[in-house]
Amino acid sequence: MAEKVIKFGKNLVTTEEFLAEGHSFCTGCAEVLALRLACKALGRDVIIANATGCIEVCTSPLPVTSWRVPWIHTLFENVAATISGVEAGLGILMKKGRIPERDIKCVAVAGDGGTSDIGMQALSGAFERNHDFLYLCFDNEAYMNTGIQRSSATPYGASTTTAPAGKFSIGQITWKKDMVKIAVAHNIPYAATACPSYPFDLMNKVRKGAEIEGPAYVHIFSPCPTGWRYASDLAIEIGRLAVETGVFPLYEVETGRYKLTVDRPNLKPVEEYLKPQGRFRHLLDEEIAKIQERVNEDYARLKANVAALPA
Amino acid sequence: MSRRIGLEASFAAAEAARMADVDVIAAYPITPQTHVPERLAEMVADGELNAAYVPVESEHSAMSVCLGAAAVGARTFTATAGPGLEYMHNVLYVAPSMRLPVVMVVVNRALSAPLSIWGDHSDAMAVRDTGWIQVFCQNNQEAFDMTLWAFRVAEDPKVLFPVMVHFDGFHLSHVTEPVILPEQEEVDRFLPRFHYPFALDPDKPMTHGAFGAPDIYSEAKIAQEVAFRKSKKVIIKGLAEFADIFGRHYHPVEPYRTEGAKTLLLTMGSFSETAKIAIDRKKKRGESVGLINLRLWRPFPFQELRRELKKAETIIVFDRCSAFGGPGGAGCSEIRSALYGESEKPRVVSFIGGLGGRDMSVEDFEYVVDRGREIAAVGSEELFATGGIRGEVTAIRG
Repeated sequence: MAEKVIKFGKNLVTTEEFLAEGHSFCTGCAEVLALRLACKALGRDVIIANATGCIEVCTSPLPVTSWRVPWIHTLFENVAATISGVEAGLGILMKKGRIPERDIKCVAVAGDGGTSDIGMQALSGAFERNHDFLYLCFDNEAYMNTGIQRSSATPYGASTTTAPAGKFSIGQITWKKDMVKIAVAHNIPYAATACPSYPFDLMNKVRKGAEIEGPAYVHIFSPCPTGWRYASDLAIEIGRLAVETGVFPLYEVETGRYKLTVDRPNLKPVEEYLKPQGRFRHLLDEEIAKIQERVNEDYARLKANVAALPA
Repeated sequence: MSRRIGLEASFAAAEAARMADVDVIAAYPITPQTHVPERLAEMVADGELNAAYVPVESEHSAMSVCLGAAAVGARTFTATAGPGLEYMHNVLYVAPSMRLPVVMVVVNRALSAPLSIWGDHSDAMAVRDTGWIQVFCQNNQEAFDMTLWAFRVAEDPKVLFPVMVHFDGFHLSHVTEPVILPEQEEVDRFLPRFHYPFALDPDKPMTHGAFGAPDIYSEAKIAQEVAFRKSKKVIIKGLAEFADIFGRHYHPVEPYRTEGAKTLLLTMGSFSETAKIAIDRKKKRGESVGLINLRLWRPFPFQELRRELKKAETIIVFDRCSAFGGPGGAGCSEIRSALYGESEKPRVVSFIGGLGGRDMSVEDFEYVVDRGREIAAVGSEELFATGGIRGEVTAIRG
């Protein structure tokens, strides 16, 4: 049976849904939208390992499930190791002729905490061992599932429950950990950023990451109405503003070569991105200026990388 | 023809994994480790074993890799020891709860601090409630035999629980003894190919490891408990099948010269062999003593133990671990629980010793039996006594 697709310009997107409706994500969650798109890009021949987090909890409450593809969850901090085992197991069983040869994509799914904090060691190990897998980090910039606690991916100035803004604090006082840079430092063949506000860009990167042999990493910006405190109909807008202000640029690094997949020659002021979000509401102009300066520097560095090592 | 060669227990266990034709081995080299994965890595490098050897960055990841590999239907093996086992503690619970039949050799070693790489049973006792089948070995032959048997039991469709095979650090792991290695054909007859009924497969999508809200978690755990206890039947059947093919007989509880004995010493692991010599000496002197070697630690063999213990007057339980603030050694607690409901029950005396590689000589065990009988006769305010440790134990009271 031919696959049914919808045509968006030159993009063909399958009508098949691998993530069933009826899950319990918050209204206006951009993460589940990104996940749904990623699943469409991955298709049927996939095994997904999921770290504990929003996605795991909202898709798998016993005795029901949203997954129409094989899926495993073991713990919070070990998803990269779990998927390593899946990949090693499939590989040797095929080599020994115990199961038929087939291209099954091994995909790990985790949040920012499960990636840049507690899951970092297992992820670094899996990259270094060169397993053939794709790692998708759905970054909503804090431990949202457990109550909006700060992570190392929480941006400077954001108020969270464990780094709250108060009389003597602006909230998060550290800058967001750059996971893509860390992934690239492992010399893996593919690393990229994506955002569901740019759905075809996201799907292309997920597909590319899954098809490339060896480890691939896609860091997906996942606006969170609950934790970021914006109106639930603004998820797409917030994601777009993050890209348009340069707060979260969309790029990919293929075998060390950089490419901005959405290039903004003139960045909008970061204020436009920060203002609609309750988590930044307390920031004074001087702090916003500091963030602007940092975004300018980071964006210039990225542009320099693109110029020095173009794809 | 089977071969009889000199092997340390670590190599013997590696041989068993090789003859079992394991598919995936994941292991970390330290925290601490033994020669088990080194030997397996060598076998893979030399083409003696067709397996994926995953050199992970920690024991936590070693067990996590094993979970992923077992979930796609691979025969999966790892080894660790002491602090390494504790480092994977969090992951240990997941394997039995998700019915992933991983086999792991645990070379028993002490836990920090002070840092000690030498043998005792603190590591095994700290994981006793994780839901793994746990067996102890007395010698290197058993290290081979129990490892092979572990695959047979773990992968049985009626079991599907992971198995830990314990043998003592250094006393066995690094000591060479003669070991009989069977023919591959015998091994293949004993151990059928692994068919995991719940393998992750795009053609049959399955959700593995879903989360359990309070309305379902309790039922899931009780179901696991029931299934785990039922696995004892297959555990015993597996030992009987092992005896049929290889001619060596093992049991969950193994009495040694216990006929009519008034005092029984109970030990686990390699110390059982030393204690047997102490029992022989005492028998020669006409003393009414015997030994129980406890092989199966989980699921705990309550019935078998009651049968062996209840006719004696005194049971002396020797534990190789501390159980701070508790009623004595971990083994002793279980023995007391097993006997509590009996109308006529022996006195149970707890001894602790052999910690962090401290050797127990035959004479030490003779002392333990003598002192244990004394305590049983006149009583003691102390909750446990010690063997082979300098100084008197005082102020260990309830």
